[in-house]
Amino acid sequence: MADADKYIRIERLDKTYASPRGPVKALEGISLDIAQHEFVSVLGPSGCGKSTLLKCLAALEGITGGSISIGGVTVAGPPDNMGIVFQRDVLLDWRTILDNVLVTAEFRNLSRAQYEPRAMQLLKLFGLEEFARRFPWELSGGMRQRASICRALLVDPELLLMDEPFGALDAMTRDELNLELQRMWTENRKTVLFITHSITEAVYLSDRVVVMSRNPGRIAEIISVDLPRPRALSVRETPEFGRYTAHIRELFTVMGVLKDS
Amino acid sequence: MSAWWDRSERMRSVLVVLAVMLAVWEVLCWALAIRPFILPAPSAVIKDFLSAPAYFMKHSGYTLLITFVGFIVAVIGGIACAVGIVYSKFLDRVLSAMLVSLNAVPKVALAPLFVIWLGTGTEPKIAISIMIAIFPIVIDTVLGLKSVDPEMINLAKSCRASSFKILLKIRFPNALPSIFAGMKVAISFALVGAIVGEFVAGSIGLGHIILLSQGNFDTPRVFVALMLLALLGTILFYMVDVAESLLLPWHVSQRSVHGDVPVVQGGL
Repeated sequence: MADADKYIRIERLDKTYASPRGPVKALEGISLDIAQHEFVSVLGPSGCGKSTLLKCLAALEGITGGSISIGGVTVAGPPDNMGIVFQRDVLLDWRTILDNVLVTAEFRNLSRAQYEPRAMQLLKLFGLEEFARRFPWELSGGMRQRASICRALLVDPELLLMDEPFGALDAMTRDELNLELQRMWTENRKTVLFITHSITEAVYLSDRVVVMSRNPGRIAEIISVDLPRPRALSVRETPEFGRYTAHIRELFTVMGVLKDS
Repeated sequence: MSAWWDRSERMRSVLVVLAVMLAVWEVLCWALAIRPFILPAPSAVIKDFLSAPAYFMKHSGYTLLITFVGFIVAVIGGIACAVGIVYSKFLDRVLSAMLVSLNAVPKVALAPLFVIWLGTGTEPKIAISIMIAIFPIVIDTVLGLKSVDPEMINLAKSCRASSFKILLKIRFPNALPSIFAGMKVAISFALVGAIVGEFVAGSIGLGHIILLSQGNFDTPRVFVALMLLALLGTILFYMVDVAESLLLPWHVSQRSVHGDVPVVQGGL
């Protein structure tokens, strides 16, 4: 692989937690390279350490073995060029939507005034411009999560980490946001690491799907999704799509995660 | 508009209840011919107040001043202590141990000590007021500063925010509703502290009037002081309440007056 294909290099990553009942192995021997502009999903059952993997990459958790580098630089602290979206939108109740989006600039000691046009532009892109001066509690769950994506994109990071961002949303809102995320990604081609437990969502959005097994968290298989882009939601009903999801479901059945009689 | 109407409706119902109580009290005093030095009728209390309004105002003003200064210092000091407790393990151990052991002593019992240390002027009264009012502030502020969604902190850390920024932009605003809950208790406690201080020493303030009038069997005057204290306490409490609704329009408790829960005021 050329170096451009190894924007993110995760090598033999181990993560062990200390717990009152002794050490717990969350991740073991994770090796994964992610190319620039690639959309990679990490898919796995709950407790497989997929969120831990994301937190290690963001340096929000320390690692106990192996190494992680981004753009050739070993990760020691939170990378500069990164935005995060969590499952919960964690919008600050006391700030308007616009102020919530701008908070990532404030955290980074960047000028608010300079980023305000960009914030408005992002809100417009996600259909929230009318709600810029509203408070989070006046918005629906889907709108709140859109705002939190805008917040992550404010400083135009190269890398976007998404930790089950649509896990708490209803199925229809989830579909809408899948479409919007794909559109956004097609336009600006961020490098995305997307954590999910939805097989359909992972296949639909990704260039590659990393399937993980649990106890301890290991990579079971990495699957390249060769479906043409842009993908309409209806791609999910095609036989090609079905082959990917069936294969992944098969993997989970073998792991004993799914008990399909 | 409707929010204001609902709020004022609650106020109106309180006034109606008070008026009925006073009326019953007045009638019973006349009907049972209760002697004024046992229980004066409201009309006698009001008459006594009107006989020397300037005198009462001066003493009320003094008690109000003590309460206010005590409260403000307790708020600033209490928040500072809470920040120290949350951010430093060392301060957590030291301050928590001090506060818990100090809180275990009925603080009223410490009042005479303050007279020995600080004399009979304004200082011991303010000190007692601070000492009583600071606990709810510290306890509620610590709770508020700690009750932050860890994911929020992760968001800030992922942007390499300094811990001062996290305090300023996340923890402190997040703690404000708790701080106000503490302040609502503290403002009443500060008034208690002021009166205790005036009981122990000095020759000014509503607490002093109560002691003096009790010595003279001037029960109506005791009641004037009590009613002024009730009025003072109520006004102070609602000042904090109004400040809260102005400063925290975003908080769940402020979004609808129907969501209002009656606040239980503590006493000593």
